[in-house]
Amino acid sequence: MRLEAIARPGPARTFGPPLIALGATLGVGMALALIAGAAPLAVFGQIVTGAVGSRFALLETLNRATPLIFTGLAVAVAFRAKLWNIGAEAQLYAGALMTVVLGTGALGWPAWALLPTLALASMLAGALCLVWAAWAKLRLGVDEVVTTLLFNFVMLLFVSMLLEGPLKDPMGMGWPKSERLVAEARLPRIAEGLRLHWGFALAVISAGLVWLVQSRTTWGFEMRAVGAGLPAARFAGMPVNATILRVALLSGGLAALAGFSEVSGAKGSLTLDLSPGYGYTGIIVAMLALLHPLGVVIAALFVAGVFVGADAMSRTAGVPSYVADILLATALLTMVLALLFTRFRVRRE
Amino acid sequence: MTELFEILLSASFWAAVLRIASPLILATMGELICERAGVLNLGIEGIMVAGAFAGWIAAYAGLPLWPAVVVAFLTGAGFGLIHGALTVPFGLSQHVVGLGITLLATSATYFAYRVALPEVSSPPRIEPFQPLDLPGALAQTPLTYAAFAIAGLTALVLYRTPLGLSLRAVGENPAAVEAQGGNVTALRMGAVIAGSGLMAVGGAFLTLSAFNSFFFEMVNGRGWICIALVVFGAWRPGKAVLGALLFAAFDALQIRLQQTDLGAVLPYQVFLMTPYILSILALVAMSRSARVPAALMVPYRKGTR
Repeated sequence: MRLEAIARPGPARTFGPPLIALGATLGVGMALALIAGAAPLAVFGQIVTGAVGSRFALLETLNRATPLIFTGLAVAVAFRAKLWNIGAEAQLYAGALMTVVLGTGALGWPAWALLPTLALASMLAGALCLVWAAWAKLRLGVDEVVTTLLFNFVMLLFVSMLLEGPLKDPMGMGWPKSERLVAEARLPRIAEGLRLHWGFALAVISAGLVWLVQSRTTWGFEMRAVGAGLPAARFAGMPVNATILRVALLSGGLAALAGFSEVSGAKGSLTLDLSPGYGYTGIIVAMLALLHPLGVVIAALFVAGVFVGADAMSRTAGVPSYVADILLATALLTMVLALLFTRFRVRRE
Repeated sequence: MTELFEILLSASFWAAVLRIASPLILATMGELICERAGVLNLGIEGIMVAGAFAGWIAAYAGLPLWPAVVVAFLTGAGFGLIHGALTVPFGLSQHVVGLGITLLATSATYFAYRVALPEVSSPPRIEPFQPLDLPGALAQTPLTYAAFAIAGLTALVLYRTPLGLSLRAVGENPAAVEAQGGNVTALRMGAVIAGSGLMAVGGAFLTLSAFNSFFFEMVNGRGWICIALVVFGAWRPGKAVLGALLFAAFDALQIRLQQTDLGAVLPYQVFLMTPYILSILALVAMSRSARVPAALMVPYRKGTR
């Protein structure tokens, strides 16, 4: 067989394959419900109601989407420049750590000064967690997939060490948990009585800013050009190495904001279960969004909805909530294949 | 210092080194076969989880242990088939597909576990492989010996057979293989399927030999370590086995050092961290001299160069 590019794809070509992918994903979901001994349609109904069916459910989905927007953006900007950052989990924890170190009383500043400081310091910490790997890739040819992946484990153990050592809350009844942030270090809620903090708004604004930078500035153009083909960009005289380092700083910083937002906005303190793999899920979010910064917001809402909905469904229908991860993996794999079919057709030889 | 020597001179330490190295050797050989044929397989972590579960549940269902290993191999090969189909003939991004396979295999395994065994607090045990009746550190389970045999076989096939030559060639210059009448797609698919099977057997070592039960998180990054070991071993089976033994030695050592005076001074996390940090440092040290297969991560489309 051979793939043949389609010169001018019609609407059936453009929308057909993605719809089939979506259908296949739903089919897998149905099959899983049947395997677990539940009625497929009821399970789907419960996932949807659980994600968006009530004010409570909707807010839960928005809250869950917040860190995913940040990690999704982090992955999207890095992957766009072909910098394979699989370490968003570590960068997230670096941001969370910085927020706790500076936000539990070390700085006695008012909120208007403290919150931006915490955000920027977190971004710096996250950026540092990635920039060394980007540097090692450029200078020594070390594959960043492996280094960033392995660094996740190092960082989690480092956080665990600090939470059982210097950062441990003396009033924490022996739990490995940090002290609570001071009131000035907490991101306020968007509106009185609404269980949604400013982290969500910050995430959406960040997506808009990343989109502006990518589409409207020279830096953004360089980032995309470097991803599109290293030799060509170098030939055109672009500062390839500087661009990749810049991408690393931005990507690490964005992932760290997820940690800042979770600690400052949602939790108020740091524990080892702050992130149930937001850094890894960010990869799914970015891929489903086709690495587009604004698409990341939509993809993150979708992914968060699937998780929140599956949790609710799991409680009532008794189908294990791992169904959510299987659905997302299926959606990812079928969607990348479907997108290929929007541009190519298979020819037999 | 004397404590360190005591540790290094004890047979139990070396027994532990061989035991810890076994699953790494199996999965590293799997990854190495894929990468020599030009395909990076990031599905390894999830495939190991699936293999650990498949082997264990097969044994729990009453199959003898060796057939359970075969079940694990076939499970891994199944995920390898998906990975290969998406990355080889369709040439999709090996990063994206690999990470997708890891997520798919891991979550499908956890789902299957929950459906097969609802409401169990502690997973049931099986009767695992027993160590052979040999002196000292040689008292290993048959699966450890199998791991070393498979490493030898991998080297033999890669460097001493026409099939191995073709496999290495599709990882270096697929167009040349095509020109000689070889089938690039079949060779790469075969490598990914067989390699994924070996990764799953590496996972099954954990449930059928090292422990006697299946736990969530039991693979715990071993797959990623194996990817590092392939680089560390410069894509050569012998060096990769050496790397696995070295890693296992550090892992066995850090567990034992935790029990010494050093363990009283340093937090235990420092010890747990060292194998990962050493892997990163080893990668940095080795990457300059490593000979990466020229066509690694480059999809092959007929008629294009």
